[in-house]
Amino acid sequence: MTGVYKAIFNLAIAFFFVLTLEGIGRKITARVQRRIGPPWYQSFIDVFKALSKHPFSNGWIFDFGVLMALGGAIATAAIVPMGSTFWTPFPNTDNFFVIMYLFAVGALGMAMGMVGSGNPWASIGVTRALTQMLGYELPYLIVLASMMFYYKTASIHLLIEKQAGGWNLLVMPIGAIVAFISLLGMLGKKPFDIAIAPAEIASGPMVELSGKYLGLLHIMHVFSIFVEITLFVDVFLGGGNFWWFLLKFLIVWILAVLISSVLPRFRIEQMLKFYWGVPLGLAFLNAFFVLMGWTL
Amino acid sequence: MKERTVWEQIADQLRSRSIWMLHYCTGCGAMELPPTMTARFDMERFGIMPMATPRQADILLITGYLNTKTLRRVIYTYEQMADPKYVIGFGSCTINGGIYYDSYSTINRLDYYIPVDVYIAGCMPRPEAILEAFQYLMEKIRKGEADGWKRYKENYEWYKQNQIRSLGEVYVHDEFHE
Repeated sequence: MTGVYKAIFNLAIAFFFVLTLEGIGRKITARVQRRIGPPWYQSFIDVFKALSKHPFSNGWIFDFGVLMALGGAIATAAIVPMGSTFWTPFPNTDNFFVIMYLFAVGALGMAMGMVGSGNPWASIGVTRALTQMLGYELPYLIVLASMMFYYKTASIHLLIEKQAGGWNLLVMPIGAIVAFISLLGMLGKKPFDIAIAPAEIASGPMVELSGKYLGLLHIMHVFSIFVEITLFVDVFLGGGNFWWFLLKFLIVWILAVLISSVLPRFRIEQMLKFYWGVPLGLAFLNAFFVLMGWTL
Repeated sequence: MKERTVWEQIADQLRSRSIWMLHYCTGCGAMELPPTMTARFDMERFGIMPMATPRQADILLITGYLNTKTLRRVIYTYEQMADPKYVIGFGSCTINGGIYYDSYSTINRLDYYIPVDVYIAGCMPRPEAILEAFQYLMEKIRKGEADGWKRYKENYEWYKQNQIRSLGEVYVHDEFHE
């Protein structure tokens, strides 16, 4: 039963903490560009305002897709451990593969719903998003696979426990760098925000979303960010108590925001060439080091 | 004016602090928006952000003169927006035609065709004037006075009649597929 309470706590942290971080991220971007920027609670206002509007629907596939995306993201966010065995809602279910599969439900729900809107921009955006997924998941999964081989477990909270001697960031630094580059793609941060490019394809998948749908998708995006950064923090930055976890989360997020605030956008084929070039090579190098036992 | 419920008052507070705009760049007014958005005047500190599509937007900026061909598209765009929606008319062209007052192809008064909540006088208005107009619009939304979208629903017949009188037909033909 405590697992359920912990899962609900997970979701609450995901919603409030990540929305606050989004506001802080906008503030940081503004300061980098020598602007003042919106207040830190701006994202809360945006979400609740979007939920207060009177939207248009585009048929039941569209509605169902949005709900499926939100449900998939919520289900994933509910089972991710937050930096220690104590904050693991369901210790038997926090397997890496379970999280990855559940996470795909959200992405596919979004793809289905947005294509269901019938807008060509949405189709192009979804194509780009799925292509980008192909790009970043390959190096990421190779790094994670070598890690699972190294520790002989796929359970996230066991991976956290095994880092008591030293963080994986220090044990396999090349893998950590590759995973961070993949994380930028997962978050859809600036060099890799190809899927939602507002100036090229009118914000891509979201082109037909109005009012409440946009608010729900924003909440889904918030839970996705939580899952992605939490996985990175858990797997590479070791354990610790709850506040340490939040601090590490904050630092990773600020790093991603700083990188995103100064870079322009890749084109889709540049992104794929990049991901299947340097990061994939480094991921294989990391796997080779792990296989030979040459870890730090 | 009808009394608002508590929920509507809260929603209006939120709407006034988070305005997503769609700028329909028909005229010279679009030139004044980049300085308003970027480092010097920075409209994002009021929660005002540019949005890519009419579905997501809250306000429609008509930045300058409208000829009859673009007016059709503006009406389409306005009707695609989700419901609490507001319109700002930029410059004297939207008020009385401006320097195009006697042109055969432009409309003179935007208010006949879609309901306008705030006008900005000037040719063109400076970024300071634009920010002041946004402040005024936020104040109006907070008080619940920015009810252009309700007026459009109530007086739909009248607006449609004006649109048809000026345009002949409002329907936008698809030149490529018909």
